Amino acid sequence: MNKVTNVKFAGLGGQGILTCTDILGRVVFDQGIDVKKAEVHGMSQRGGSITSDLRFGDKVLSPMISAGQADFLVVMGEDQIEANQHFLKDGGILVKPSDFEVDKLTNKRTLNVALLGALSRHLEFPVELWMKAIRAQLPERLHEVNEKAFMLGRGEAA
Amino acid sequence: MSSERKLMSGNEAVALGAKHAGCALGVGYPGTPSTEILENYARLEDGKAQWAPNEKVAVEVGIGVAFAGTRTIITMKHVGLNVAADPLFTVAYTGVAGGMVLAVADDPGMASSQNEQDSRNYARAAGVPLLEPADSQEAYDMTKLAFEISERWSQPVILRLSTRVCHSKSVVVPFGSEAVPQADYVRDISGRVMIPAYARPAHKRMRAKLAEIEEWNNTEGPNPIIGNSSRLGIIANGVSALHAQEAAPDAKVMKLGMVYPLPMKAILEFIDSVDECIIIEESDPFIQTEVQAAGGKVRPRLERYRYGELDVTRVKRIIAGDDSEEAVPPRGRPPQLCEGCPHRASFQLLKRIGCIVAGDIGCYTLSVLPPFETMDTCICMGGSIGIGLGMRHVLPEEQARKVVSVIGDGTFIHSGLTGVADMICNRPKYGHVIVILDNGTTAMTGLQEHPGTGKTLDHQPAGKAVSIEATCEAMGVDKVVVLDPSREMEAFEQAVRDALASNDLTVIIARRPCILAVARDAKMARGEKVR
Repeated sequence: MNKVTNVKFAGLGGQGILTCTDILGRVVFDQGIDVKKAEVHGMSQRGGSITSDLRFGDKVLSPMISAGQADFLVVMGEDQIEANQHFLKDGGILVKPSDFEVDKLTNKRTLNVALLGALSRHLEFPVELWMKAIRAQLPERLHEVNEKAFMLGRGEAA
Repeated sequence: MSSERKLMSGNEAVALGAKHAGCALGVGYPGTPSTEILENYARLEDGKAQWAPNEKVAVEVGIGVAFAGTRTIITMKHVGLNVAADPLFTVAYTGVAGGMVLAVADDPGMASSQNEQDSRNYARAAGVPLLEPADSQEAYDMTKLAFEISERWSQPVILRLSTRVCHSKSVVVPFGSEAVPQADYVRDISGRVMIPAYARPAHKRMRAKLAEIEEWNNTEGPNPIIGNSSRLGIIANGVSALHAQEAAPDAKVMKLGMVYPLPMKAILEFIDSVDECIIIEESDPFIQTEVQAAGGKVRPRLERYRYGELDVTRVKRIIAGDDSEEAVPPRGRPPQLCEGCPHRASFQLLKRIGCIVAGDIGCYTLSVLPPFETMDTCICMGGSIGIGLGMRHVLPEEQARKVVSVIGDGTFIHSGLTGVADMICNRPKYGHVIVILDNGTTAMTGLQEHPGTGKTLDHQPAGKAVSIEATCEAMGVDKVVVLDPSREMEAFEQAVRDALASNDLTVIIARRPCILAVARDAKMARGEKVR
């Protein structure tokens, strides 16, 4: 049975949606799993709504996640739930900022990576792989603050 | 043979494929979703790439490279192909010596475009072979194949991409690199100077080549058949073929990689091998029309699926013959002009004065949305000037005096210059006002350079910049005003009011850098990587 996991990210342009999709993409890719990522940008970079799809499994065909097919929906703000929850499948998991103590983030711009931490609780990948991907995708001066944000989202002390 | 595994977007894969195929020069005009092809190409070792002022010039430069006997890739978005159509139709007659590939990115569903035209129609109209990859691996492989076809039949080849192929990432295993062939000019006057006497036989040569390519496509083309059901057959192209394979895992799928000229013999055999056949394609019924014209028995197409992108759910509906209304997804937040964008002051002013704004293509097109709602027209690159002039020519004085053409600096260089030439020659009775919103970059597509910025694709000094004000003065504009729209608001308002009241031809250049470009340049100055 070809099992494909579908993760949909939603937010506004500038909130780091593409970055966190790339981090998860790298975690998956580094393990030799087939992976496809689809995004739409362009006009949506100017503060408009933006979504990004990541699908991984034995063999991924279409790069897009249709309505009702997402195993996980990760939103950058509670106000984005309404516009995107139709993507979630029955029994799918919603990952949102209120899942962890957002106020403890030292840098608000790391919210995207903290959400990955919250998502990581539901996926089987080891923490070291996530850290490796974060370091590969972000400039060095942002490593520490994002590693902390990831662990905060995951519910573990850094 | 390399077995290195990479995770790449379709655009990155085309860039790497072109470089590995021994391409000598990449040239194009930025346009979503095609822009990152050249940007990535330029980052590769010895990847020589440059932005052209517009797509027509890009194709012309590419023709020169290919006439000189070496390989070139030319990139643009679908609407850019309209601008480039003139040279394209004739280079299809002359043919090329070195490989010439046009990577053209369509935007079904219009994520960031003013129409959702289907570039496959250009392949048929111009007589240019067209390949269509479905994912990044195919984007990489077909770039090389496109060069090979181009050289084997000395024809330009279109590599048609779509948003989902350009901006999706998937796994690519590269084949390794070929050397760049040395350019060497061989004169062929009757083959390349398309006066009617030489063009008539050239047209016949082109049709003969297309017939040969069709025969090749029937037997050796990149059109695999997946599955062996004898009940349901699906013919699909590009990313639609992947949706179809997922939507109907038991169907037999003919995955078309070369969509023009179609492998019609192979298609008709495929149709005969199944009880029922459905064609799944995004946008226009291109394959459907050709197959039906050739007598192929396929299920009639449902018109509603012509619009927007396909996905697995929609393909399942097509297969089920479901023509019922589709659920409308909730609308997200629309894009808007950035906080601190220098264009904001300009549109506040034009709104306050009550101008009729003939607008153009760029970030500033967003001023059509609340809170500004200050843009009356937007058709194509450079269109603001001609459309504003047309209104000026015929409107009654009171309305004519309110018409302002608004255009950005990049768009002005792309195709605003000829509009100014028309304005000088065919001068409206009450004059005209052009406001050039000069933020010193091509902001909408991601801060690319253009001849007016005086920098090359990699943001290095070009030596000289095209001066917009000097160009306008030299062309004969009566009055050219340059000001800062944020700092000199009173002078700006006075300049616009004076221009509207007079019968002068006035160009007001509202110059202040894009805040995103300023931030990007500061990052680059710190030596940081920019996306």
